[in-house]
Amino acid sequence: MLAGLTPDLIALQLFTGLALGAVYVLLSIGLSLIFGMLTVVNFAHGAFYMIGAYIGLYALSIGANFWVALLVVPVAVGLVGLAVERVLIRPLYGRGIDYPLLLTFGLGYVMIEVVRIIFGRTGYPFDTPELLQGAVDIWVGYFPLYRLFIIAATAVVLAGLYLFLEKTSFGLIIRAGARDPQIVRILGVDVSKVWLIVFGIGTGIAGLAGLLAAPLQGVAPEMGATILAEAFVVTVVGGMGSLLGAVLAGLLVGVVVSMTSLFAPEMAKVSIFALMAVVLLVRPQGFFGRAGLMS
Amino acid sequence: MTTDDFGNAGFSRRRALATGAAGLALAASSFRINILKAQEGPIRIGFPCPLTGPYGAEAQNQVMAAQLAVQEFNDAGGLNGRKAELLPRDDKLNPGEAATRTLELIENDKVNFIVGSLSASVQLAINNITKERKVIFNSISQSDAINEASDFSRYTFHEAMNPHMTAGAVGRYAFSKLGKKVVYLLADYAYGYEMARGFQRAGKDLGAETLAEIKHPLGTTDFSTLLPRIQAMRPDILCIINFGRDQQISVKQATDFGLKRNTKIIVPVMLYTARVAGGAQAFDGVVGGTSYYWGLEDKVASAKKFNDAFRKMHRGAIPTDYGAMGYGGVRTLLEAAKMAGTTDTEKVVDAMEALKYDYYKGPQYYRKCDHQSVQSVFILQSKSKDMKTPEDVFDIVHTEEPSESVLRSCAELGHKA
Repeated sequence: MLAGLTPDLIALQLFTGLALGAVYVLLSIGLSLIFGMLTVVNFAHGAFYMIGAYIGLYALSIGANFWVALLVVPVAVGLVGLAVERVLIRPLYGRGIDYPLLLTFGLGYVMIEVVRIIFGRTGYPFDTPELLQGAVDIWVGYFPLYRLFIIAATAVVLAGLYLFLEKTSFGLIIRAGARDPQIVRILGVDVSKVWLIVFGIGTGIAGLAGLLAAPLQGVAPEMGATILAEAFVVTVVGGMGSLLGAVLAGLLVGVVVSMTSLFAPEMAKVSIFALMAVVLLVRPQGFFGRAGLMS
Repeated sequence: MTTDDFGNAGFSRRRALATGAAGLALAASSFRINILKAQEGPIRIGFPCPLTGPYGAEAQNQVMAAQLAVQEFNDAGGLNGRKAELLPRDDKLNPGEAATRTLELIENDKVNFIVGSLSASVQLAINNITKERKVIFNSISQSDAINEASDFSRYTFHEAMNPHMTAGAVGRYAFSKLGKKVVYLLADYAYGYEMARGFQRAGKDLGAETLAEIKHPLGTTDFSTLLPRIQAMRPDILCIINFGRDQQISVKQATDFGLKRNTKIIVPVMLYTARVAGGAQAFDGVVGGTSYYWGLEDKVASAKKFNDAFRKMHRGAIPTDYGAMGYGGVRTLLEAAKMAGTTDTEKVVDAMEALKYDYYKGPQYYRKCDHQSVQSVFILQSKSKDMKTPEDVFDIVHTEEPSESVLRSCAELGHKA
């Protein structure tokens, strides 16, 4: 079974894992951001991801191209996120972590049903944009160009997020608000507005991730359900609320899945939960999580 | 409410049952009344199928096609004026749910027949109930187990194909035309194993060689990590055995990784809906089997007739593969009842066994020992060019004519004689 296990294959497998890791990072970054800043566990994350793909599909059907959709989708999904935060989540602040958790859990189901009503139960194909079709030679083997593009897109999103949070004054307020909202409020900052915007950004990135995933797997109402579990594993392993943790954990999960796939493919899905269990045993707060955040 | 709880006949009947001989006589008489009622009222066909959930679209088409069979029967005057009626129920793709719905259909709705299901495990759950209650069940989804002596009963019919014949037909075509070195990528559950066995059995005589059997967990959304190894093995054929969204995603990603350059992708069952949702680009050139494809109408008169009637009844929609089986499953029972001149279960079973029919896909009949419908299997190739309409997605590249020789033998299934 393991005959033909050449160094090239192992290298390609490792690279495939890192590329898959980039997808996981993209999936979980919005979830991690919202949790880290708002301590809201957004169970509707998968649903925002899914509507990102559907809005992209709709944009393409009325004549927009993929690049326009890349700009439109995060904004549109972010706007939905803003409305959800303002109307549904804001009344629940200060009531304990399980209130918004239950609310978003239900909201996710509502969003899936609404999409089913509008677009139907069956999925739709989503072709890879023409410019990014095909596979390219990366020395150790052929690799789809589009997956390389996703790695680049993830890097751009991360860089943008980093610059926004670390180098702008608004980013400073967000970070301060995450640490001690009361002091920030005393200093005269409207914290609720800050949270509104963070929720919008987090859901916007989820929508973008959905659009980017659409050419990999097509579009279907249930597409967000499986990624929710994966995004949570990444967030928990990386440490709830840590962006750097989410990046490292995402890549690690990708590599673990990839290596498991090589030796015991039927275990691939279990392997990420096994990884999470091990990390939680050794380091309950995850790689970079603050201890006691959930209590 | 109180009258329901205390005043209805069911309660007193149940109590009477418990009080000895007099009670027994009473129960027997009421039982006869029930049978009489079933003989006189409309012919009722219970139709459990997964109307909600991932196969909702398929199930809907099954119901639409079954409705057509009922309507045609009624328009033709029914059974000496006795009309038929379809009772669709949502089984939610869950064996427990399906068993409960089936029991309700038999107990409360007093159905004459059960037709339906869209999953191997669901149909076995339904079959357990119908077997025990001696109600005819015509299953319209794939399973090998339902033919085997342990699950089979005199009241069990199987209008759908089974994995053995589907995989066999696709395998015989592919291994003789497309190559001998095969990698299997299969979903890690019964369906995957049954199909893989079917392929390997067909491949043995043709000299096919299994390079690897790679199992993936159900509901996998990313197959990228499985593909480098498959590519490194350089197979002639990649046989992908999974269903629904798993199939769509795995075929698409295999295409993205450039696997089609040296390798032909084959699947045991290529569903119309999966192809439509998966897209022309991803499925281009993929070869797979089916029990029915609407394009059959160019060659088969009964398919043309069936399609036209379906289009007329459902505003231009076309029947899918699973839909067509819904039609066949219901129509065979209604025709058998007509032949028997009654809905009496035992007589309808006899009539079903004697039936030679061509309702939608060419000649068919139920094999005596396991009530498997002996039928042709069509090998399709998905296309991305020269499509005349959006529904024109496959070419029929080969037809395997109906023959008992492609089925497992009665003895092999554990049937005596």
